[in-house]
Amino acid sequence: MSLDPLDTPGLPVDPALTIGRVPDRTPEEIPELHEVNCPPELRERVEELISRYPDKHSASIPALWAIQRRYGWCTPEGIRQVAAVMKVTPAYLESVASFYDLLRTEPAGTHQVLVCTNISCWMRGGDELLGAFVEAAGCSAEEAGHGGALSDDGEILISGFECLGACDLAPMASIDERYFGPLETAEAAEAIKQLRTGREVLPDRPLFKRPLPGGAKGVGVDDQ
Amino acid sequence: MISETRVLLANAQEPGLNTIDIYKRLGGYESLEKAYLHMEPHDVLTELEDSGLRGRGGAGFSMGKKASFLPRGEMAKYLCCNADESEPGAFKDRELMQRNPHQLIEGIAIAALAADAGHAFVFIRGEYDLQAGILEAAVAEAYEAGYLGRDILGTHRDLELVVHRGAGAYICGEETALLDALEGKRGNPRLKPPFPAIQGLYGGPTLINNVETLSNVPHIVRHGADWFKGFGTEQSPGTKVVSISGCVRRPGNYEVELGVPLRDLIFGLAGGPLEGREIKAFYPGGSSSPVLTPAELDLPYSFEAMAEAGSMLGSGSVIVADDSVSIPHMALRTARFYHHESCGKCSPCREGTNWTVKMLERVVGGEATPMDLDIISSVQTNIIGNCLCVLGDSMAMPVSSMVRKFRDEFEAVMSGADVVTRTADAAEADPAGSLL
Repeated sequence: MSLDPLDTPGLPVDPALTIGRVPDRTPEEIPELHEVNCPPELRERVEELISRYPDKHSASIPALWAIQRRYGWCTPEGIRQVAAVMKVTPAYLESVASFYDLLRTEPAGTHQVLVCTNISCWMRGGDELLGAFVEAAGCSAEEAGHGGALSDDGEILISGFECLGACDLAPMASIDERYFGPLETAEAAEAIKQLRTGREVLPDRPLFKRPLPGGAKGVGVDDQ
Repeated sequence: MISETRVLLANAQEPGLNTIDIYKRLGGYESLEKAYLHMEPHDVLTELEDSGLRGRGGAGFSMGKKASFLPRGEMAKYLCCNADESEPGAFKDRELMQRNPHQLIEGIAIAALAADAGHAFVFIRGEYDLQAGILEAAVAEAYEAGYLGRDILGTHRDLELVVHRGAGAYICGEETALLDALEGKRGNPRLKPPFPAIQGLYGGPTLINNVETLSNVPHIVRHGADWFKGFGTEQSPGTKVVSISGCVRRPGNYEVELGVPLRDLIFGLAGGPLEGREIKAFYPGGSSSPVLTPAELDLPYSFEAMAEAGSMLGSGSVIVADDSVSIPHMALRTARFYHHESCGKCSPCREGTNWTVKMLERVVGGEATPMDLDIISSVQTNIIGNCLCVLGDSMAMPVSSMVRKFRDEFEAVMSGADVVTRTADAAEADPAGSLL
């Protein structure tokens, strides 16, 4: 008789016991295009991406972006579709997707709010800003601080994030891939309301409207 | 009174500078024409070497020397622009790409000529969506104008330039991790040697330079190495875009000659500490640099002076902490970042960042013993120099500097003393912090 609990019929299997075991099936192979029903636009996009590089594998991050842009996150179906176009295994693309913070392997809503909680933003109130977004969106503070949390309606993802490269805007947030700051905590609720009603978000606070602190010529240089 | 010296940011606020028409009207692409039409690649390389331009991404290595390491020959060679700017405190490359993308493209094209590279990539961090879009539009314009692509300006030289967006991983700013990410893998650093100049992207010789470094190239080609050396100090020639943030009145990017006093940067340009506050410490070169104290404010801001002071100029990012900031909490925040971003390949970094976070949590939670501070310091010592890349070192250096320079503050927190500072309260209110 086998002493392996997983081989004993009729016993409930503790999932913890399966960790580290080689599953009793062959890994998924490269899917054929006819098996995956890849939308033509996605296929064309990925083929165009592959053509940019000397090696097709280089297209994997851009291709995962393409999946995310189409489906909102890197869905297993989307990964299979692109794997078929790239002629790589879905596992390969999953291994890449799981490494990078911006590639989502779970549903991520229609709007994403990333709040910087790194050193400079923390000093200027980044944690409080994240808290205000969490409250305004109505999501879990714990999850928002650990990879992201969806609002109750599943529409808005709030996530504390590492340095976004905008310490001059501290405290700041990236809302649907655009930077805003410096933000007052009260502006979090305003931004969430604007996202929900489809209006322009914080029209006075976007990064691209911000001049250099030294003006057109630079500090101490005469403006002729 | 200090003033800015703008070279890279000279026309930064000119409306439409991101379009090729305005850029050319202001003299843009004249350096590219000079290099491609009137100079030998070897002379371009010599000019860059003579200028003494040091890498602006963190390591400060001579750009021309790095380019000269690439072997000659028929094999495919590559140029990668590192635009993965992810060091906490750094935001200069964002500014340079957003405001003046053609300056970077021109620099890449000239550097590619010097290094004989036929393929160039800009690896831009995924978060910089606005800047990547601006850069892609500018690249399309440069192709259209014949500055990129096949047979540039009729010289029979080709250069393909691809803007490649990353997807959120600090480690990809490390040059060999960047290469892995660009090859479509998880961004894990590689063993060096072989260095990328010998065996880099797709196994070919690869020159990797930071955005700001490459943005300097058109100016050096236009005005010459001697002109460039007229700025800055002997060992740190040129100007530097310095990102100043944290507890200052006017955070932002300022371009100055290297070697100006730190005091002028923080007080003269950034306006000094906030109302009623005093400076307690500052990182002179991003979150990876050992912190300095107000006693060191009169040092010149140069690669050599920062190294002599036991810190580094790094990417040129000054983060100022005032007396409302709890240093043990700042150490914890710093360590959490590196713990989150460690790729996990090397044990000293993977385990060291993890244990440092746990120990610092005990410190700020009032559960540590005095011995713990020595253990923290010894963990840092055992990380430094023992990994494939410097990510672990980048935590170990600032954390050990904080323990050394502010030991009394750590001990006060450990003894359960009331640390009534704004940021300490905030950190305790959200113990999850930035540990995602």
